[in-house]
Amino acid sequence: MSAESELKRRQRRWRSMLWSLVAILVLSVALPSLGYVMAQQFYGAEREFSEDRATNPRSDMWRDAREGQGGFTTQTGPYVTNTLISNVGENWRQIRTGPMTTWGGWFLIAVPIVIVLFFLVFGRVKLEEERSGLTVRRWRAYERALHWFTAASFIILAITGLSLLFGRTVLIPLFGPQGFAAYAQGAMYVHNFLGPVFSVALLAMIVLWIRHNIPNRTDWQWFKQGGGIVGKRHPSAGRLNAGEKVWFWLGVVVLGIVVSVSGFVLDFPIFGQTRETMAIAQVVHAVAAIIWIGFFFGHAYIGTIGTEGALEGMTRGRVDVNWAKQHHDLWYEEVLSSGEQPVSEEALKKSKADRQAGTAAGQASH
Amino acid sequence: MARMKFLCDAERCIECQACVTACKNEHEVPWGVNRRRVIVMNDGRPGEKSVSVACMHCSDAPCAAVCPVDCFYTTADGIVLHDKDLCIGCGYCFYACPFGAPQYPQQTAFGVRGKMDKCTFCAGGPEIAHSEEELTKYGTNRIAEGKLPLCAEMCATKALLAGDGDIVADIYRKRVMRRGGRPQTWGWQAAYGQDA
Repeated sequence: MSAESELKRRQRRWRSMLWSLVAILVLSVALPSLGYVMAQQFYGAEREFSEDRATNPRSDMWRDAREGQGGFTTQTGPYVTNTLISNVGENWRQIRTGPMTTWGGWFLIAVPIVIVLFFLVFGRVKLEEERSGLTVRRWRAYERALHWFTAASFIILAITGLSLLFGRTVLIPLFGPQGFAAYAQGAMYVHNFLGPVFSVALLAMIVLWIRHNIPNRTDWQWFKQGGGIVGKRHPSAGRLNAGEKVWFWLGVVVLGIVVSVSGFVLDFPIFGQTRETMAIAQVVHAVAAIIWIGFFFGHAYIGTIGTEGALEGMTRGRVDVNWAKQHHDLWYEEVLSSGEQPVSEEALKKSKADRQAGTAAGQASH
Repeated sequence: MARMKFLCDAERCIECQACVTACKNEHEVPWGVNRRRVIVMNDGRPGEKSVSVACMHCSDAPCAAVCPVDCFYTTADGIVLHDKDLCIGCGYCFYACPFGAPQYPQQTAFGVRGKMDKCTFCAGGPEIAHSEEELTKYGTNRIAEGKLPLCAEMCATKALLAGDGDIVADIYRKRVMRRGGRPQTWGWQAAYGQDA
């Protein structure tokens, strides 16, 4: 009896709890909706928002201005613009004073450090055999003149260009504002006037040397063997090895043209190019130039202290036979098969003396 | 210390160009150099609005940030000025400025521009106030005389306000509160109808 009534009581308790829960859920939706129903009843359906709550009719104009849309202005002048707000400037400023200077700066510090470490670990690539005393011609006089003119202007352009990018951080503390401004004024003009001349020399270089730089199967082998820079083996190479071809195609051709074209956009602001175009051109110019300068450090190292006997090919124009055999064996064979004979130092001196005597005699006879 | 600001009330500006003329005349600005200009949005259409723009004397000025020779400086009044003796005319401030404020006397091949010129808030430059050098390089120095920029002082409709940013903001806030934030309650549309 008591057990049965206990069960009933528990059932009743469960039932009442369930119903109150359902009631709470239903009412929590129904009661707030009542307000909507009453609003419909008393205020009428879907009231229009009042005029003063509509969007400001001027908002679109300000939105257009903020997005850089142009208007009309009566003023004229080379630097008068019809835009209220140009958005490129702040973005350009963030890039130039941010990643361009910090990453670019560290990159230009890191590359020479890596090269010095490489030199300390692997040392210079020496001639395996003694100098033979016999030389063959590698670069003609006009080729050397072109190379050194381009090299000298590259270095001047790099120093003046980097001065404009990093001078404020590095050189103003050294020279003071007046001293640096005077230098920067000169640096800017040297950069602006030498740049186009450099581009012409660069173009001549591309035209002149493109035939030596056509990639072939030997280059693939050269890459596979790491170019012989590290270790004892010396892969075969023609007149120019694959590493030199990479410098030609990536350095001279790609980076050279990118830097020249972007530089032209900046240097000749007379074709109606906008601030946007010029700010973008400045980023392209500086980033490509920084990469190119890093690449140049490598080229200069390999061509001078990195490789014994390499520099004289570009200074005197002649290289030792043993250097040619070691570094450019296929080219050396070509030279021999073309009928050119290696010449000794004495023979060179003698022919030079003969030539001078000849010209002297020629002048005397006049 | 005051922080000097310009504010152009686009609801009041009537594109009369008096600010432009006043500026050119006061500072003897050379031909082709425009320290101030009026830009008209939606020119010739209903809802056309004009705004007078010059150097905004930014707190964090992009021109100063990108200058390779660091020739910009901000005065105690928050006016952004530059030293023409240091300027090399590279054009970077012109790329960076959102308002097109920096101007140059030349635009020729090989990037020859001459020294940059821009609005000085009528505060001259780094030279001694009222000296001949200051006058020829930067124009007159009204701030040193306790006067505000002439463009704003000349403005017939008081659309262009110049002075302490707090006071300028207060004046503008009072205007907005009096006329209401929405021009359709008192502007063109109120007078000529919504479709005009």
